[in-house]
Amino acid sequence: MTWKNQLKDPYYKYLLKKMLFIIIALSFVPLVTVSGIILERFSASYHKKQNAHLGELVLKHKQNIDGFLLEKLNSIRFMAKSFTFEELNNEDFLNNSLASLQTEYGSVFEDLGVINDKGIQITYAGPFKLEKANYSETQWFRKAINSNYFISDIFLGLRGTPHFIIAVRQNNNGLPWLLKTTISFATFNSLVENLRIGKTGFAFILNSKGEFQSKPNSEVVSSKVYSIFNNIKKGISTKEEIYFSEIEDDSEKKHLYVASLIKNGDWVLICQQDKSDAFAELTDAKHITILIILIDGIVIMITAFLLSKWIIAKIAKTDEEKEAMNQKILETGKLASLGELAAGIAHEINNPVAIMVEEAGWVHDFMEDEPLSNTENRKELERALAQIKTQGKRCRDITKKLLSFARKTDTVLEDTNINDVINDVVSFCSQRAKFSNVSIKSNLQQNLPILRLSHTEIQQVFLNLMNNALDALEKRGGNITLTSFLEANETVISIADDGPGIPKSNLARIFDPFFTTKPVGKGTGLGLSICYGIVKKMGGIIDVISVVDAGTTFYIRLPTKRN
Amino acid sequence: MAERKQSINAEPDKNNDPIKVLFVDDEKDFVNVIAKRLSKRNFDVTKAFSGTEALRAMRKTDFDVAVLDLKMEDMDGIEVLKIFGKMTPELPVIILTGHGSEAASEEAVNYGAAEYLTKPCDFEDLFNKIIQVCSKAGGN
Repeated sequence: MTWKNQLKDPYYKYLLKKMLFIIIALSFVPLVTVSGIILERFSASYHKKQNAHLGELVLKHKQNIDGFLLEKLNSIRFMAKSFTFEELNNEDFLNNSLASLQTEYGSVFEDLGVINDKGIQITYAGPFKLEKANYSETQWFRKAINSNYFISDIFLGLRGTPHFIIAVRQNNNGLPWLLKTTISFATFNSLVENLRIGKTGFAFILNSKGEFQSKPNSEVVSSKVYSIFNNIKKGISTKEEIYFSEIEDDSEKKHLYVASLIKNGDWVLICQQDKSDAFAELTDAKHITILIILIDGIVIMITAFLLSKWIIAKIAKTDEEKEAMNQKILETGKLASLGELAAGIAHEINNPVAIMVEEAGWVHDFMEDEPLSNTENRKELERALAQIKTQGKRCRDITKKLLSFARKTDTVLEDTNINDVINDVVSFCSQRAKFSNVSIKSNLQQNLPILRLSHTEIQQVFLNLMNNALDALEKRGGNITLTSFLEANETVISIADDGPGIPKSNLARIFDPFFTTKPVGKGTGLGLSICYGIVKKMGGIIDVISVVDAGTTFYIRLPTKRN
Repeated sequence: MAERKQSINAEPDKNNDPIKVLFVDDEKDFVNVIAKRLSKRNFDVTKAFSGTEALRAMRKTDFDVAVLDLKMEDMDGIEVLKIFGKMTPELPVIILTGHGSEAASEEAVNYGAAEYLTKPCDFEDLFNKIIQVCSKAGGN
């Protein structure tokens, strides 16, 4: 099963899902949490700042409007106080005064009038024909005549256009009279009109009855504003300078209202703005955050999916390789047992084959005694018996082959002169020794008994030990001494070097398979363990003596039969 | 069978008595046919199918030579060899080993085996080795 197919396996699917889930959850949770917290904080702060901003704006405009009104009032007051009744009651003088005012302040002052205690406008300067107009029945006159000064609401009046009046009361010979001026609505309105906030923020003024004192040009004031009007009056009357409110109108649009009292509490300046406009930036921020989270989310999910898939695929591949290796190990085990099986079978076959051959031989033996009349038959008999022997030999050869295959090493026993082997090994290593500045000395006892062992194997052992010695002396050069001698029942061969030696801690493990102090790739750690096995198989002993910084000597003792 | 055929009759020992051979191997059929062939050549063959039987036979008779199979079921050939060494050290023993047990044969030689042959062996080789070993022993 290729590893790609393994991904369809339910176990790997489960792993994949689990990993995906963990990665996504782990990525999303902080992302959403942090975004959420920051957004919430930002929102709260923004609300506060925005309200503060709106409040300040309204306050500023309140001051503007109040200032405007006060300024106009003071102008008339100044006039009323500076000039006498007689002077002001002169039409020309009044005209001149109006002209002066208009020069100074523009067309804000529409007209000027002097009104007596009976409500009759006795002198008038202005564009309308309002001389001798009678205001005695009007509300504003009644109020104005009874106060030092008076500013009216917007009304149409006799002229039929919206305006409001500023009147100042004076006394002349015990009788009150009013100096009144009409303030142009347009100018006043534009003051309020100029209050603009954002895209949809505008202002308007209502009097205490809820009647408009200024008219917004194009914007529509939500009818719902009246529902809060009472609240506004109540709220502001409790000495809060600025009043905030939020109302949703019929079309589910939310409006913000910021209000303030002006004109000594007679009027209310209300600023209306679409909530969406006021908090446009906040909404933008929210949208951006959501967009980022979305994009991030998609990226996270894609990455998580790809990553998980890749990891799982790798796991699957590794698992498969592990499986394959297990199989290999099993196979090797099988092969090994097969080898043993083959060896066993070979041995077993040898017996019947031997018996068959011997029986044929036996027949041949006593056949010689029997004189067979027919020479043809006799020849044929001999041939047949020879054939049995031949085929028997064939079987033996076949089993021999089988057995040598089953065995690991080719241990052909031969008469071996140990010193010859040593000399061979020395000549093999001479080049390397010269190169590494190592001198090799041999101290071989002559006429050592011939040993019956595998020439290849003992040579392998000597070669391995020599190479180890050369490795030890590689850096600084040195000396290697080989000796051979007979001691009691043993041929002893020693290979000694004067290299760095082997520390005690390693000495115990030196013949262990795979134990090596060489860097990875430089040695398998198998050399000495194989030597150990070979020598042991020969019935001998291999051991080592080593002193750090002095050198190492390996001893091989082989059992020797004396001649 | 023209090659390497020696005289069909064994050289009797100096006393003109047939050579007494103790053949020890647990493969009965093999022992039987070898014994027949050796007898035809004037050997006096005693068959032993186990180490125990061999030792029993040893106590009864003085043999000139013993042929011993190393791999036997009831008693290890080496053990029998060691006992031979103790009981009758002058008795020459020829070891029969399976192919591939050279180490075992080395060990056997260490324990005093005179010669060894690998099974399956050539009959003529066996015959020659027996003669060889006996003449050596006879010569002493």
